[in-house]
Amino acid sequence: MTEIERAFAGGKAFIAFITCGDPDLETTAAAVRAAAENGADLIELGIPFSDPTAEGPVIQAASLRALRGGVTTDRIFAFVRRLRREVSVPLVFMTYANVVFSYGADRFMAACREAGVSGLILPDLPYEEKEEFAPACRRHGVALISLIAPTSADRIARIAAGAEGFVYLVSSLGVTGTRSAITTDLAPLVQTIRKNTRLPVAVGFGISTPEQARQMAACADGVIVGSAILRLLEQYGRQAPPHVGAFVREMKRAIR
Amino acid sequence: MTNPRGRFGIHGGQYIPETLMNAVIELERAYDYYKNDPEFNRELTAMFNDYAGRPSRLYFAEKMTRELGGAKIYLKREDLNHTGAHKINNVLGQALLAKKMGKTRLIAETGAGQHGVATATAAALFGMECVVFMGEEDTRRQALNVYRMRLLGAQVVPVTTGTATLKDAVSEALREWTRRIDDTHYCLGSVMGPHPFPVMVRDFQAVISREIRDQLREKEGRLPDAVLACVGGGSNAIGSFYHFIGEPSVRLIGCEAAGRGVDTRETAATVNTGRVGIFHGMKSYFCQDEFGQIAPVYSISAGLDYPGVGPEHAWLHDTGRAEYVPVTDEEAVDAFECLARTEGIIPAIESAHAVAYARRLAPQMGRDQILVITISGRGDKDCAAIARYGGEDIHD
Repeated sequence: MTEIERAFAGGKAFIAFITCGDPDLETTAAAVRAAAENGADLIELGIPFSDPTAEGPVIQAASLRALRGGVTTDRIFAFVRRLRREVSVPLVFMTYANVVFSYGADRFMAACREAGVSGLILPDLPYEEKEEFAPACRRHGVALISLIAPTSADRIARIAAGAEGFVYLVSSLGVTGTRSAITTDLAPLVQTIRKNTRLPVAVGFGISTPEQARQMAACADGVIVGSAILRLLEQYGRQAPPHVGAFVREMKRAIR
Repeated sequence: MTNPRGRFGIHGGQYIPETLMNAVIELERAYDYYKNDPEFNRELTAMFNDYAGRPSRLYFAEKMTRELGGAKIYLKREDLNHTGAHKINNVLGQALLAKKMGKTRLIAETGAGQHGVATATAAALFGMECVVFMGEEDTRRQALNVYRMRLLGAQVVPVTTGTATLKDAVSEALREWTRRIDDTHYCLGSVMGPHPFPVMVRDFQAVISREIRDQLREKEGRLPDAVLACVGGGSNAIGSFYHFIGEPSVRLIGCEAAGRGVDTRETAATVNTGRVGIFHGMKSYFCQDEFGQIAPVYSISAGLDYPGVGPEHAWLHDTGRAEYVPVTDEEAVDAFECLARTEGIIPAIESAHAVAYARRLAPQMGRDQILVITISGRGDKDCAAIARYGGEDIHD
């Protein structure tokens, strides 16, 4: 069983997104521990990018706070290597294509493997451009996680068939960030995905309440929550980790 | 490559969120169809001529030529187009295409405001809704253009994220497009972004070099020796270069905004100071730090204040077919004032970057040689800012 499969093995998975270095790496480590101890099955660690075009205001602001705090790709790899010794929860990275390209795809994936990071999510890397990084991912055993959107239509079969790790299903149009309601009918999308892959499907974008999480988890294998967690970091700063823990516990209970 | 048609060498591609992929593919298909459709081309040509005022003049700058004492200088007067810049060429093309595709709403980014004004103009003409994203910093630098867009019925959204300039306006327009795709066309203003934008925008701007070639043949019976244009994203430059790319005797020179100098951090000279990267849907050169974070760039010109360059320019640089030279704020301002005094033409501060390099180059060329400068836009919008740069207390 791969690390990522392990995250989905115990029922509906709760995936927490946390931007590395917001407000500093010590707080990130404490937030990851709090999330893991309270039921997060997989942690998506954000390597901040200066101009994240798929993110709403909350993740944009978190990214800028982190960069202003001085984190770099190198510091994040060193941090994750240390973090790995304390937490066993599966980890994946979420960042933008230029961060990986600039570091060098092979060097980046080698560092992922060394740090125990199992997968990579790049929201600005669609199916057509996967080969930019897929060879390096394969060499180092890093799953390049594909996104499928409500607009994917005829593309779903192809993307799902070539997916690795898990399928990241985007809940609705637009960028990341909380929404008062998610109106997309996801069931037919999930059905098409399942016809083309045996990988688990996790739904993300706009999920912030236990009710939304329950609703999304009903038709998928897991939910991904980012902005709602980062809002806690924005609000409580270095004191955020216990709040993150409590929030994760509540969300995890909602999808069980 | 998986997507050979969107590539210029290693550059280009479609690095965008999955949510936008089908919209971009739909656009690609529509463009591939309509670009060969006689009716589409007839309508577009009619709008170019009757509405935008094409063909634009190719003017022999006799006094400037005499003063510099070298090559004969011709000015391609895109500043005389309706709305005062080359931007209208691309916008009319995209708006017509959007209408054929059944879209009822145009969104756009703008830096100096010229592309925003052009898009608002086309939206008014076609009866479409229009929303323009503009960095808050730029809404201050170009307040008059903000009013102009609103007058034309567009909504102007000030962008406060990042450096609050052109790149942030592009990011915000991309975000808006992912929110609302069905009825909305993103009318991108330069030869950048994901395929098919760099190809499509180039094709709509290629009218510039086609006219230069024909007009010069008539006036001089020959090709130019050099064509100069300013480069931000690079749409007026690629339009000016395109029909000469296959003519090796024609030097193609893109003039980048060096800001306070390429050896400072306050520069926007992407080809001269950037590295290959992936951003805003394309692989190309970008100003960035060692970890790939996009660098804040600076130029006196809001229209050139962009950390990237179109992928075709990146390729023309790689192959050596075109040269990209840096021009500082100071040189551009000198050229702005100089062209006003010698020829009675006030160029956009963007275009003044090309004029500035021509002032360096022309004296090194023979009197029998011909140099064409594209004056991409008119400078009315810049007068207050340049006056302030010179220490005068003027507000627009």
